[in-house]
Amino acid sequence: MSENDPETAPNARAGAGSPGAPLVALRGITKSFPGVLANDRVSLDIRAGETHALLGENGAGKSTLISILSGMLSPDDGEIEVEGRSLKISSPADALELGIGTVYQHLTLVPTLTVLENLMMGPAPELRLPFNAAQSRFDELSQLLGVDFSSDVLVRDLVLGQQQQVEIMKALWRDSRVLILDEPTSMLTPQGVAELGEELKRLKVGGLAIVFITHKLHEAIELGDRVSVLRRGVKVGSIEPAELRSGSTEELTEAIVGLIFGEQVNRLEESLELKLEGGEPRAPRRASSEVLLEISGVAADSDRAGGSLSEIDLTVHRGEVVGVAGVDGNGQKELAEVLAGQRGITAGRIKLEDREIDSLAVSERQQLGLRYVTDDRLGEGTVRDLDVALNLVLKRIGQAPFWSGGRINRDEIDAMAERLVEEYDIRTPSVRTRIGTLSGGNVQKVVLARELSFEPRIVVFNKPTYGLDLRTAQFVHEQIRRQSELGVGSLLISTELDELIALSDRIAVMSRGRLMGIVENGPSVQERVGELMVAL
Amino acid sequence: MSGAAGSSAVSGALSRERLRAGATIVSASVVPVILAFFVGGLIIAILGRNPFSFYGDMIQRGLLDSNGLQESIIRMAPLLLIAAGLIVAFKAGLWNLGADGQFLLAAAFAAGLAPSLVGSIGVAPTLIAMLVLAAIVGAAWTLVPALLRAKYGVNEIITTLMMSFIGIGLANLLVKGPFQTDVGGVARTDTLQVEDRLPDLFGTRIHSGIIIALAAIIAVHVVMTRTSLGLRLQILGANMPGAVHAGLKPAKLIVVAFLVSGAMIGLAGAVEILGVTGSFRVDFNPAWGLLVIPLVFLARLNALASIGFVALFSVVQIGGETASREADISSDFLLALFGLVLLFMAITEYLRQRRGSTAYLPSQGAAPGPAEPEPDEPDPSGPLAPQEGAR
Repeated sequence: MSENDPETAPNARAGAGSPGAPLVALRGITKSFPGVLANDRVSLDIRAGETHALLGENGAGKSTLISILSGMLSPDDGEIEVEGRSLKISSPADALELGIGTVYQHLTLVPTLTVLENLMMGPAPELRLPFNAAQSRFDELSQLLGVDFSSDVLVRDLVLGQQQQVEIMKALWRDSRVLILDEPTSMLTPQGVAELGEELKRLKVGGLAIVFITHKLHEAIELGDRVSVLRRGVKVGSIEPAELRSGSTEELTEAIVGLIFGEQVNRLEESLELKLEGGEPRAPRRASSEVLLEISGVAADSDRAGGSLSEIDLTVHRGEVVGVAGVDGNGQKELAEVLAGQRGITAGRIKLEDREIDSLAVSERQQLGLRYVTDDRLGEGTVRDLDVALNLVLKRIGQAPFWSGGRINRDEIDAMAERLVEEYDIRTPSVRTRIGTLSGGNVQKVVLARELSFEPRIVVFNKPTYGLDLRTAQFVHEQIRRQSELGVGSLLISTELDELIALSDRIAVMSRGRLMGIVENGPSVQERVGELMVAL
Repeated sequence: MSGAAGSSAVSGALSRERLRAGATIVSASVVPVILAFFVGGLIIAILGRNPFSFYGDMIQRGLLDSNGLQESIIRMAPLLLIAAGLIVAFKAGLWNLGADGQFLLAAAFAAGLAPSLVGSIGVAPTLIAMLVLAAIVGAAWTLVPALLRAKYGVNEIITTLMMSFIGIGLANLLVKGPFQTDVGGVARTDTLQVEDRLPDLFGTRIHSGIIIALAAIIAVHVVMTRTSLGLRLQILGANMPGAVHAGLKPAKLIVVAFLVSGAMIGLAGAVEILGVTGSFRVDFNPAWGLLVIPLVFLARLNALASIGFVALFSVVQIGGETASREADISSDFLLALFGLVLLFMAITEYLRQRRGSTAYLPSQGAAPGPAEPEPDEPDPSGPLAPQEGAR
């Protein structure tokens, strides 16, 4: 490897943390998709014993870049060098062969198999499964990672943090030299994030090169030895280890924020504070004592483990924003569906003002002003083959004035759609454009426009800014505030604690389908929510 | 892009978009047919026959010749009704693959009851009663798959096929049992006299079933594109979770779609008996149900467009029968020809999708990075797309 590069230290791999020739180098990677340049001549050095944080907004091209590195996509242009040799990684198997292991944002384990079986799932040359060898490899890695479960439990019985550890083991299984983690903290509790940080430190000492993808600035600074910032597919800058060690957090934050947002910084300053520093906690204010929504003793089944609801008691007052915090998959979606009427309840009752609504159908609740902004905006929230206008009336099919005598009144629908497109700043060529061709942010605006029009009384927001760029997220936040001022009650489900703190009056914490407690927003709310998230 | 200045550009872009969409649909539907006939011609040539005279005969006997033209139009009537029924189901995302059973069972009832009923209540009431009965029988035969799907989510592909086998068997049992004629020979029902059948049109041999069929297909088109029921069914087919989320009642819609579908297909059975055969011979089974499926897909489930494809298919069937006899080729060749249409339909669809996903690449790759010259581009949501593409 060193023959190709005279400057290389003789043993680059051993020198943990020391600069040398990069273990893996991306050179001028370019990749485009129809209409978008996802990566534009991006170069990246990945060094042994170093955590390289790759930072950028949603859609900046981070996922594309690591998909190229892990062999899921092939670049249009540019090359990948491993130990100085230019190579082609044309499949995930190639990447594994080269010692590049990847932990994807979404888990890829088989829940009904044991941990060991999942780990042995890779390409195996032997006919017989090598149980003994696998067990000793598991012991090795579990010591390294500080794993506290045995290899023969079923993956579905592990909590998300543990499942992620299995994913990391799987990525390291075949003596990987590079570990890529795509948004690894998105499903962890604050405590889980801290543990992950410890694990990464131990792995680094062993000489592993780590690529850590995140859109959270503080994580990049805390966990990275080197930070590269992507914006709109372009690597707009990076911060070297020396700078990272010497700079204060404020200086670094400012420098990186400049890189992420470029010239937009000034206009976005307000929202950045909100996002990066957690913002001013919203002062708890329950101006009205009028109860809009009352959930008592509600239980419901779920198709997923950990999602079944039990004994949910919650009230939302007029003009109040009640946040629901918790690690994803702990019954939040089920709660939202129960309220919207998409999921039946097995116990308890739900009252909207004075009316029991738990036996009402989805459309009847919608009529009463109970609205649901779903987190699955592309899956269930919109019908991609229909145009924007029809998606805006999706929940009012057959109703006047859009339909009369069963016959569609396109003029009326289009006029209403034009109005909402204007009001919610939906960027679409026309209201007759298929919604499937719009970007995620605009699709979310369509969903918001639909749910927040026609006099909402109580709105359930389920992860309303998930996967959105900062500006659209900011827009969503404004809408939630505006509704609150209008007296609408909101239930805001989110996995982003910062978002909840910025918007909520009270924050309820969910874990394993139960409400662990409700915290008034205010000082040290973060810690109290964190405690409730791990309590059992 | 809002504001007065953009509006003319928007409408221009819209009409261009529509034009391109239209061209895509035409090419995606017509190209496979042309390719299939071309390859079919090669096969005929390999068999040592003259493809030009074969296709010439086919067109002559199916379209140009007055007798053939009438036969083709007569054949269109049941096919159009089946197409109407299938489009309703498929648009709603429901695979009604049991058309043959629904068709034959309805036909058996019409054939079994009509001859005796004519004597007691007269011709017109009999015809109307039989059409209604056939629609009810066809609809009823979808009820089991519909309820199983609506209530328990049982895959309708399997249940409709199973019910189809049962329906075919039951139709034959009826014809060999209660409906069997006293006249000897092959088991069949009594024959409805020619003068008691669906009236002919304008002194031709074309019976009025084609009117019923055209009315049905136009009604389906209007309902699917202009009414709230049509939109609901479309949403059900396009996105089932979306339908639940939007507050539609999927269970109810599934049953409605199946019943309408079965009723149309049942009507087809009655029209064929009351207009053409006059009686149901045991083992009668034209198996049109499965043959119409590719036609409605070539028409992209558009009811009006399906008229054209049904017409084409009828001409090929009617003209092709004579043509293949004259060229001494098995008439099964016509099935092979339609198999080729399906094959090329799949291939063009595949190529279209592949091209669609990479169409922009050459021009974009050549341009010096659009993201760099305009870092301040105001649309913030654009960059979300690559991630979606990456997954």
